[in-house]
Amino acid sequence: MALLEVKKLGISFGGLRAVDDLTMSIEDGSLVGLIGPNGAGKTTVFNMLTGVYSPTNGKIELDGKNIIGMKPNQICEAGIARTFQNIRLFSKMSVLDNVKIALHNQVYYSLLEGFLHIGAYHKKEEAMNAKAMEILKVFDLQEQADYKASNLPYGKQRKLEIARALATNPKLLLLDEPAAGMNPNETAELMKTIELVRKKFKVTILLIEHDMKLVAGICEYLYVLNFGTLLTSGAPEEVLHDKRVVTAYLGED
Amino acid sequence: MIQRLFKNKSAMISLLVTIVIYILVIVLVSAGLLSRQLTSIIIPVCVNVMLAVSLCLIVGFLGELTLGHAGFMSIGAYTGALITLNATALPAPVSFGLALIAGGLVAGIFGVLIGVPVLRLRGDYLAIVTLGFGEIIKSIINSLKLTNGAAGLSDIPKYATYKQFTLVYIIMILMILLITNLVNSRHGRAISSIRDNYIAAEATGIPVSKFKVIAFVISAVFAGISGVIYAHNVGILKPGNFDYNRSIEVLVMVVLGGMGNIKGSIIAAVILTLLPEVLRGLDDYRMLMYAIVLITMMIFNNSTLKNRMFKRKSKAVEKEGA
Amino acid sequence: MNVLNSIIEQLINGLRTGSIYALIALGYTMVYGIAKMINFAHGDIIMVGAYVLYLFVTLLHIPVIPAVLITILSCAVIGVVIEKVAYKPLRKAQPLAVLITAIGVSFFLQNLIQIIFGATPIPFGSIINIPAIRLGSITISGITIVTLSVTTICMIALTWFINKTRAGRAMRAVSEDKGAAELMGINVNGTISLTFFIGSALAAVAGILFICQYESLKPTLGALPGIKAFVAAVLGGIGSIPGAMLGGILLGLIESLSKAYISTQLSDAIVFGVLVIVLLVKPTGLLGKQRREKV
Repeated sequence: MALLEVKKLGISFGGLRAVDDLTMSIEDGSLVGLIGPNGAGKTTVFNMLTGVYSPTNGKIELDGKNIIGMKPNQICEAGIARTFQNIRLFSKMSVLDNVKIALHNQVYYSLLEGFLHIGAYHKKEEAMNAKAMEILKVFDLQEQADYKASNLPYGKQRKLEIARALATNPKLLLLDEPAAGMNPNETAELMKTIELVRKKFKVTILLIEHDMKLVAGICEYLYVLNFGTLLTSGAPEEVLHDKRVVTAYLGED
Repeated sequence: MIQRLFKNKSAMISLLVTIVIYILVIVLVSAGLLSRQLTSIIIPVCVNVMLAVSLCLIVGFLGELTLGHAGFMSIGAYTGALITLNATALPAPVSFGLALIAGGLVAGIFGVLIGVPVLRLRGDYLAIVTLGFGEIIKSIINSLKLTNGAAGLSDIPKYATYKQFTLVYIIMILMILLITNLVNSRHGRAISSIRDNYIAAEATGIPVSKFKVIAFVISAVFAGISGVIYAHNVGILKPGNFDYNRSIEVLVMVVLGGMGNIKGSIIAAVILTLLPEVLRGLDDYRMLMYAIVLITMMIFNNSTLKNRMFKRKSKAVEKEGA
Repeated sequence: MNVLNSIIEQLINGLRTGSIYALIALGYTMVYGIAKMINFAHGDIIMVGAYVLYLFVTLLHIPVIPAVLITILSCAVIGVVIEKVAYKPLRKAQPLAVLITAIGVSFFLQNLIQIIFGATPIPFGSIINIPAIRLGSITISGITIVTLSVTTICMIALTWFINKTRAGRAMRAVSEDKGAAELMGINVNGTISLTFFIGSALAAVAGILFICQYESLKPTLGALPGIKAFVAAVLGGIGSIPGAMLGGILLGLIESLSKAYISTQLSDAIVFGVLVIVLLVKPTGLLGKQRREKV
């Protein structure tokens, strides 16, 4: 049984069928890409996987459990974390706090202890600080731990978003166009970061990307979406040379 | 815990300031150095500080505008007053203590009743609905026999005059401490994350609705307790005391203090309570000036002027709270 | 027969109040659609309109028709000034900041008028001197006739303007996509100013009709109708012009029937109740468009 099973997933917005009859199977530990031209419905799929949208039909199962109907925060606790197409950091909070929030459900102390700063508060806060710094170190962000998140340069903001997502200890990490706005150097660095993340955090990754170099470079398997339906799927070498895929992108590389 | 206190420099400073202010006020009052006008304003300052800090939690940290804060104050005030007025058999400290607890509790219950359905809304809609509830609460108090309608309650025992400054001061400091602590805890971070990006907060595992209600209820409880103290300071309650204008007054304090800045809210509350007393002649223009303050603060906060003025702070984080 | 009469009278009252709400709601909805903000101070423009009319007619003894025209023009200009001074600097700011500023403007208007004219209610004799009509056993007052006619004319004129003129098309374009409209050469700032101009003018008309009905001025007179009109705009679908009209009329009817058959005090609570229900059940209102937040 795969980690994530998506069966005949579909959603309609009014009269528009944004996604139709999508079936995917993501194996534990794999790195899968979801590609397709703009407007194909990729982010909509992510939104359904994370509970932001409610699918009209179909099934989504994480580790055999149905997650349709669960709220986004419940899905996060169940093990799916994500980043966003347009970076969504907690802009007024520090870099460290951004990661500490992600530890909210893993390091527990009661509201009373939070009010009075007694009991488990200090120990758990120190534990959170340590864990958060550890994660920041993986992304080389530990120097900027006290910076306001919105003051980081773009590339580092993207890294922070990934760091935050990983701090929730997910089984499945959804990356929505992580290389958007990056130059070739930054993209190459990102590819290395993603590989590092896979090794260190032992997490399954499903990513949306337009940068074909990155897609071809690290993805083990690809799903191609066009007009909301699955065009084809398979290993990158086959899929990227598939005439239909090339046509769908209209010559885009 | 005391050792931890000594290690934390800013906490030490806060503690020092707290003690110094307390001693200062006590000395000034006992030496008779304050005019009657100024002694009568000591408790109202404390009340406004409590209101401002409790509203700051919602407007500054949760990032939502609520225009019915005075409503919770009135619920607490009336509940507390009804208890002390009727519990004449009990000794004063007991009945006042009960009043404080009950005032906060009942306000909190209303916070849950109103919060759960309403906090799903956001922004403008939430503001208007809370405004509506504030008006509805006033309307209900105005027509209930229990609260004596428009005539209000009078002869409330004055358990919170400047003579009981110590007690009120302790309650106020406790409230400030609790909120500051909350903001620096995982729950406080959760609340702030909702302000910064509620979609990301949910995706990161924060149950947004639950925390909105928690913040709202805490703010309501504290507003209720402030109301009890207010009631036992002035001795009279009328539904008109807790109107839209009152809610706006407190909002101005929070805005002037810099949203999300507890110390700022405290200072603004003190200034905006003292100022009208000092500027008695300009009383008519007070509300107008508040309006101008709101508008200019918002424009200033978002202008390039501010960014240029605070450029050197741009890399370091402006730590929230105390 | 009497029961039927009274129901019809209540319905007519509801139509009258509702059409005033519709006029005000149009201002809210246009500003929301184009400037993407709720102008909290919109209700207070009604109040300003009423006072300005009082100023011209009662204090300055200007004849009725010129006074009405100057009142409408003054309010329109005030609306544009407010936008330029208080809202334009915050175009890129967070919604909370704009909201607080709008509240500041509302508060400012109320207190400015209070300082100038005092807080005591000022009686004002209606300037509408059209005789009532009798239809069978039902009497329709002159005010009602004028209100219904004026609001109908305004709504038709506005719909024509939005759909058939260049400026109207520009407004629709800006409400769809501000960035694209700008790239197409549309003067976005001018369009937004025009929106506030028209919205405030309509609010002035509403204020005049309102004061002729209720004949008493006080600085807070705009607050409650303003909020109710906001509820009407939400009910009809915020951002939709036909929605504002529909919502206004519906809310007027709901309020009128509640006042008559349930209770006057509860009727206000019912209006808020409508708002909460709409926002929880169908936030886009009856005719509103589904606006999904981009995730």
